[in-house]
Order: sequence, then C-alpha cells, then structure tokens
Amino acid sequence: MPTPSRYWREIPQRYRYEAGRCKACGFICFPPRLVCPRCGAREFETTKLAGTGTVLTYTIIRVAPEGFEDQVPYAVGIAELEDGVKLTAQIVDCDFASLKIGLKVRLEFRKLSEDGEAGIIHYGYKFVPA
Amino acid sequence: MRDVAVIGVGMTKWGELWEKSLRTIFTETALLALDDAGVDTIDSMVVGCMSSGLFVGQEHLGSLLSDYLGKNPAPAARVESACSSGGLALRQGFIEVASGLSDVVLVGGVEKMTDVTGCEATYALGTAADQEYEGYHGLTFPALYAMMAVAHMHKYGTTREQLAQVAVKNHLNGSKNPLAQFPFKVSMEAVLSSVLVADPLRILDCSPITDGAAALVLCSLETARKRKKPFVRIVGSGQASDTIALSSRKDFCWIESTQIAAQKALSMAGRKVEDIQLFEVHDCFTIAEIMITEALGLVKKGRGGKAVEDGLTAIGGKFPVNPSGGLKAKGHPVGATGVAQAIEVVKQLRGEAGERQVKGAKRGLTQNMGGTGGSSVVHIFEAD
Repeated sequence: MPTPSRYWREIPQRYRYEAGRCKACGFICFPPRLVCPRCGAREFETTKLAGTGTVLTYTIIRVAPEGFEDQVPYAVGIAELEDGVKLTAQIVDCDFASLKIGLKVRLEFRKLSEDGEAGIIHYGYKFVPA
Repeated sequence: MRDVAVIGVGMTKWGELWEKSLRTIFTETALLALDDAGVDTIDSMVVGCMSSGLFVGQEHLGSLLSDYLGKNPAPAARVESACSSGGLALRQGFIEVASGLSDVVLVGGVEKMTDVTGCEATYALGTAADQEYEGYHGLTFPALYAMMAVAHMHKYGTTREQLAQVAVKNHLNGSKNPLAQFPFKVSMEAVLSSVLVADPLRILDCSPITDGAAALVLCSLETARKRKKPFVRIVGSGQASDTIALSSRKDFCWIESTQIAAQKALSMAGRKVEDIQLFEVHDCFTIAEIMITEALGLVKKGRGGKAVEDGLTAIGGKFPVNPSGGLKAKGHPVGATGVAQAIEVVKQLRGEAGERQVKGAKRGLTQNMGGTGGSSVVHIFEAD
C-alpha cells in the first residue's frame, strides 16, 4: 500500500490538472518535467490542462489489475486535449458500442479506486463524452 | 573493439515449474551452457531479471546466482530493462568481452513468475508501464497493446484474423520445440473464440506467465578459435530507449526504439535485413509481432498484418519470424526471454534446430523489447 506522501505528491496533477509549459518552446508536459522533451530547455510555468479533447485509441478491460477487479468491464483510452497534451484515463458514462476513435470527451473529476476499507481513496480525472 | 563469439548455450523446459526455485532453474541452465562450451572458469557473469523482488521477494541476484553456480568471487551483476532485461544482459556481456575487460562471460536470464497469484503477477508486469499515469488509472499490459492494436487496425485496416494468424503460426513453430511451455498447435477458430482480455485482444493473443531461465557463454573470437569447435559470432548490437508512457508517443502504431536499435545493430554488422535468414522477435502480444516486422523493415509501415497472412514470416517464407514458437508458444519468463531468443538463433545457425530448422540459415537477428517499446535491444549473429 503506498504511503500518503506518494499519493498527495501527485495531487496538483490529478485534482487540479496542472501541467508545465516550456518557457522556451511552449510545449506542455503532463505530468510536469524538469527537462523539455521537445527542446531541452529547463524553465517551465504552471498551466492547466485543456478540459476537452478527442479519443485517439481505446480498449475495454475485461481482466483487471489489483484494486480494479470490481469495475470490470471498463473502458480506457488515450485522448489528445485541445492544447495538444495526450493522456490516458478511463472513459465512463458511455455505452461500449459508442466508443470510437474521434469521440469527443471532457475531463471529469471522479473516484478511481481505493486501498481497501481503511486506506486512501484514489481520485483523479476520467474521460466522459462531451 | 574485439569480436565476440557465443560458444555455449543452455536452456531447460519452460512452464509452471512448481517444484523448482529461481536459483535452481537458473543454475541448471547455466551449467548446461558451461558444459556446452566446455568451460569451467568465467571472468564474470551478467543476469537479466525483471522483477525477482516482486515475484519472489529476492534481490541481490548477481551474487546469489554466482554463489549457487560455484563461481564466487567472480564479479556478477543483475541488469533490468523490464521485458528486455535478457537482451540487455546479452548486450552488457557483449560489451564486456568486446572491450577486453573480460575474456569469458556467462550471460543468463531468469524469471520465476508462479510463486505469486495471477493478480500479483499482473501487478509486477504492470510496473514496466508508467505506474503513476497509466497503472493508477487501472491500465494493464494487455490494455496498452490492445490500444496499439485498435490504432493499427483503424489506420492500416489490419484485421482480427491477421492478429490471430500470428498466434497460429507461432504455435505451429512451437509445436516443434520440445522446450516450449505450450508445444502444440492452435487453430484460427480457437484464437478467435478464446476469452477477451482487452478488446480486441483475447487470451490466445497474449504470451503466458512462465517460469524459466536461459544462459549463454560468450568469449573473444581469439579464445573461441583455439577451441576448434563450431561457434557463432555476434556481429551487431543495438539498443534504444523511448517514452515508457504510451500516451507520450508520436505514433501508437510504430515502435521507434526497435527501428533505431535495429539500424544500429545492422550498421555495426555492415548488413541489410535482406542478408538475414531468421528473426526471433518479442511477440508478447500478437499485435507486437506485426508492429515489429514493420519496425525491423521486413515490410513497409502498415503491412505487417498482410505479411503474416501471406506466409512471409512463416518457416519457409522470405523472412521466418519466431521459428522457436516465440514468446507466445515457448513462454515468456520475462528476464530470460532475450537470452532464449539468442539461444534459438545459435541453435539454428549451428543447424541443431531439428524439425523447425530454417534451411541454410547463415545469419539471425534477435529483437527484445521492454514495456510497450520503451526499450529495445537488437543483436545480429553469424555462423563462423
């Protein structure tokens, strides 16, 4: 079971969708990094992810990892947001039959999983049809 | 840089080896390799293992295995690069001999995966993905490869049947490999009706959970020639890295680390892919083999599905891929896989592959890959 610090360290990204915009080339890193993967610069400013995007690929998970067994089957996908950031999350509130590449989605704050009955409840973003 | 030879190989039957521990399966194969080479003294050893800490709660493997092999105080290191740990061990051994630092090096790979439950094994394998931004959202390895498959099918029209054909071909090859975990054929119908894991991938699109080990003895060309026995040379070695999060890639249908690693290995060997007669590649999922055949340049981008459908990658085709049965039929004890790929190529080049022999093979290539392509290691071998 992870320590609370491992969890709260990521809260700016998971709760507030904070990313790093490279001051040199404008590339947006999510999660934030210390070195820009596009131009190698090291100075960033905090920015918030665009709230909407388009599904690039997806699948339906039938065999889950530990902690997600109760949720199967569930859909996951990679979406490209309006600001060019690509990220991975579950796709919810959506019939599996309507899943497709090109589906418009927005980020919504949801419960993801929990560490048993007394542990931390894991929150973060999921994709819902826009 | 000195030329490097493979003078001994060792592998035992892979599968669910309930009665054997990690140290025992490793030591058995290492002894076979040393006996095959006719060598007793080694200068050092390198072992590839992805996650003995999570699978059996044991780290510090280099010394443990050197001790059980009776090779203390020889220096021993364990190296890790997820599912390409074995390929990385081979590369590190190659570099050590080529540099002149050591003359005889034992290269091994091992994974003992059945000491934990399936759920815990899935978790351990999942650590090869981005734990904070993929694993946190409930992603699994089959799911990541399924998303690559969905993208490939959408962009290039790759069909469900073409994916299945990879499994059918590799099981046919594996049915001729007595050391394979699943040495039997599967039909197209069986693959297409097997249980869904992550759409569109079914259980028979996935490589299995396996206990197994593999070992090689490397030495300088000079030492190999003195033995007056046939050997195989390593003529090219290449490695490359990419993002481990799939979402950060430019193209989900393209494994760039494999393309770059292959280019480097081919350039070192002074060869083109057309000069190579057999390929052992990392078919952890059926879609992976299709994308690897494209990244290696055996076919154009997007044509990997058609290639397997047309028999191009079958034994007897233009580019035989995975004559051993691949990860799919032979099994995938993660850290051992890259070393076992090299063993198959060495056996083929020595003409010892029995019923699955690729006739007239003079050169072979291995491609071992970590995660969804976050790391790739490619080697090229030539019969001396």
